[in-house]
Amino acid sequence: MDYFAQQLINGLVLGSIYGLIAIGYTMVYGIVGMINFAHGDVFMIGGFIALITFLILISLGLTAIPLILLVVLLVSMAITALYGWTIERIAYRPLRHSFRLAPMLSAIGMSFVLTNYSQVAQGARVKPIPPFITGGYTLHESTDGFVIQLSNIQIMVVITTIVLLALFTWLVSRTRLGRDMRACEQDQTMAALLGVDVDRTISMTFVIGAALAAVAGLMYLLYYGLVDFFMGFVAGIKAFTAAVLGGIGSLPGAMLGGLAIGLIETFWSAYFSVEYKDVAAFSILIVVLIFMPTGLLGRPEVEKV
Amino acid sequence: MKAKSGIPAILKTALVNALIALVLFSLMVGIRTEAGASGQLTYWTRFGELASLVAAVFGGSIVIELLRQWIGPTGAEKLVPPAVKSGVSFIGRYLAPALLIFTLLVPVIFYDQRYILDLAILVLTYVMLGWGLNVVVGLAGLLDLGYVAFYAVGAYSYGLLATNFGWSFWICLPLAGILAAFWGVLLGFPVLRLRGDYLAIVTLAFGEIIRLVIINWQELTGGPNGVSGIPRPSFFGIPLDNSDDGLAAKLGIEYSPTHRIVFLFYLILALALLTNWATIRLRRLPIGRAWEALREDEVACRALGINTTTTKLTAFATGAMFGGFAGAFFATRQGFISPESFTFQESALVLAIVVLGGMGSQLGVALAALAMIGGFELFRSLETYRMLVFGMAMVLIMIWRPRGLIGHRAPTVYLTKAQAISSDLVKEGHG
Repeated sequence: MDYFAQQLINGLVLGSIYGLIAIGYTMVYGIVGMINFAHGDVFMIGGFIALITFLILISLGLTAIPLILLVVLLVSMAITALYGWTIERIAYRPLRHSFRLAPMLSAIGMSFVLTNYSQVAQGARVKPIPPFITGGYTLHESTDGFVIQLSNIQIMVVITTIVLLALFTWLVSRTRLGRDMRACEQDQTMAALLGVDVDRTISMTFVIGAALAAVAGLMYLLYYGLVDFFMGFVAGIKAFTAAVLGGIGSLPGAMLGGLAIGLIETFWSAYFSVEYKDVAAFSILIVVLIFMPTGLLGRPEVEKV
Repeated sequence: MKAKSGIPAILKTALVNALIALVLFSLMVGIRTEAGASGQLTYWTRFGELASLVAAVFGGSIVIELLRQWIGPTGAEKLVPPAVKSGVSFIGRYLAPALLIFTLLVPVIFYDQRYILDLAILVLTYVMLGWGLNVVVGLAGLLDLGYVAFYAVGAYSYGLLATNFGWSFWICLPLAGILAAFWGVLLGFPVLRLRGDYLAIVTLAFGEIIRLVIINWQELTGGPNGVSGIPRPSFFGIPLDNSDDGLAAKLGIEYSPTHRIVFLFYLILALALLTNWATIRLRRLPIGRAWEALREDEVACRALGINTTTTKLTAFATGAMFGGFAGAFFATRQGFISPESFTFQESALVLAIVVLGGMGSQLGVALAALAMIGGFELFRSLETYRMLVFGMAMVLIMIWRPRGLIGHRAPTVYLTKAQAISSDLVKEGHG
C-alpha cells in the first residue's frame, strides 16, 4: 500500500510534466490542425536554456535559490517562446495553405534541425546538474520501514503546473487573445472576416505552447537533474499520446491525459518491467485510438463530405 | 502586411532578423557546457561563433530580401520559360530507360571502385524502400511513419532464421517478406478506422514498439548487441567465396572480393525492379485502382462499394512485404544487424524520399533516393552536420516545392492519350 502511494506521487509528478508539454500539442492541433512534431524538441531546448542560465547565475555568485529559479524560469520561457515563434514563422506559416502532408514533413524536418542543432552546439553527452532543491517531507512510515516521501521538488512541480494551468485557463477563457484563439479553432476564415488577426493568433499559440514546454523542460531538469539532446523525441511522443488520450483539442483533456500517461508509466515500471514502460505507453496510444478515437474529453469529429 | 521596398526597409528587416538570431543563439551557441570527469559541469564562452552566426543571418536576410524584390512574390516559377519546361518533359520520357541502362552498367564502369559500388548498393536499397513505401503513401494515401518497422522485421527474420537454423537466403527472403506482410496486416487492423495525422502517429508508435521490443527481448534478438555472423548470400547454393566450391573456382576464374559486391548490386537491383514492376502491374488491377480511389476520397470510395478494409490492408501488406525483402537484403549485405539501424530517423528518411520525389511517381522516388542518399554522401566528412542539413533541406524543399521535386506522374488508366498528371492534382493522406 505504501509502495503504491509512493508510486502514485511519482506518477502524478511525471504526469504534470507530460501534461505541460501536451498542452502545446493540443493547442496547435486545435487551431492549425497539424501535429507539431518539433514540439518535443522545443521542450528539450527549454531544458538546455534553463541549464545554461543556471550555470551563468551560479558563476555570477548568486546564492538566493528562489531568485535564481525565478530568473531561470523567465529566461528559459522567453527564449524558448522565441524559438516557438521563429519555428512557426520559418517552417509552418508558408505552408499553411499547402497540402496536408507538407507542414507535417516540414515539422519533422524542423525536429531534426533542433535535435541536431543542440547536439552540434552543446555536444551529445548528458548534461547533469547538481540538485538545487533538496529536502522533503516524510508522509508516512510503515512498520517495516518503508517511507512515503514527498520531496520539495515534487511539490514545486505540481504547484507550478497547477498555477500555470490556472493562468492558462484564464488566458483562454477570459482574455481577448483567448477569444481569438477559440474563434480560430472554430473557423479561421470566418474569424478573419470578423476582424481576428489569424496570423498573430497562431503565432501567439506557438509562443504560449513553447513557453509552457520551457517550463516543462525546467521542471524535468530540476526533477531528473539532467538534460540531453535526444530527450525531446520520446517525451514528445508521450506528450502527444497524452494529448490524444485526453482528446486532442481539449485543454483539460491534455492535462488529464498527461497525468494518466505519467501514472501508467510509473505503475508499469513499478509492478512490471522498466524496460517495457515506453512500449506500454505507446501501446496505450494505439489502444485508445482504436476504441476511443476522440479521447477522454474530445468532441466527436464530424465527417464533412 | 505591406510590401515595402528600398534599402532602409531591407536593412531594417535584416537587423530585426539578426536581433532575433542573437537572442535565439545567445545561450545555446554562445555558451558551451560540458560535463567534467567528476560529473561537474563546466562551461566556456564562444562569442566568436555567436557573432559570425548572427552576421550570417544578417547577410543572409539582405540577400533573401534582395532576391525577393528582384524576382517578385510569385517566386521562381516564372523564371522557367515554357520551352525549357517542355524540354524537361521530353528528357523525362527517356530519362527512366536511360537511367536503368546506366544502372545496369554501373558494376562494369566502376568495377574497381569499391566505394562507388557500395554507395550504389545503398542508394538502390533506399530506392527499393522508397518504392515499397510508395505503395502505402503514394498510391493508397496512407501516411506511414513507421515503415522502418517492416524493414526491421525483414532483417531480423532473415538474421535469426539464418543464424539459428542455417537456412539459406533464398528460402528466408520470401519468408522475411511474408512475415513483414503479416506485421503489416497486424498494424493495418487497428488503424483501419483512423485518418490522416492519427494514422501517422500510430504507425510512428508502432515502429517504436517494434524497435523497443527488439532492444529488450535479449534472449531472442541479442538486444542492443544485435545479431552478428549473418551468412552472406549464395549464388543459388554456390557460395561466393575463395573456397574450392566457390563460384569463382567453378567458373575457373580468379577469385576477387568484388564478385560478391557486384552480385549484391544486381541482387538489390533485381529486388528493386521487382518492387517497381509489381507496383506498376498492381496499379492497373482493380486493387491498385481501389488504392488510388481511396487516396483521392475515402467517402466517395465507400459510396462506390469499394471495400476499404481490404483495400487498406492489402496496401499495408504489400508495402510491408517489400520493406521485408529490403530488410532481408540489408541483413545479408551487412552481416550484422542491431536496433540502431531501425530508428525513426530511417522512417523519416524513406518518407522524405517518397514525398520529395513526388508521391506516386516511380521515377521521382528513384531520383529523390539518388539525390538524398548520394547527395548526403557529400557531407560524409561533416558527419555531425549531416542530419542538421538534412532537416533544413526537408523544410526548405517543403516550402519551395511541397509537391515534390518531380511534379508529375503517368496516369494509371486513360481514355485515348496518356498525359502526365501534375502532382498538384494528387491528394494524399485522407485514408
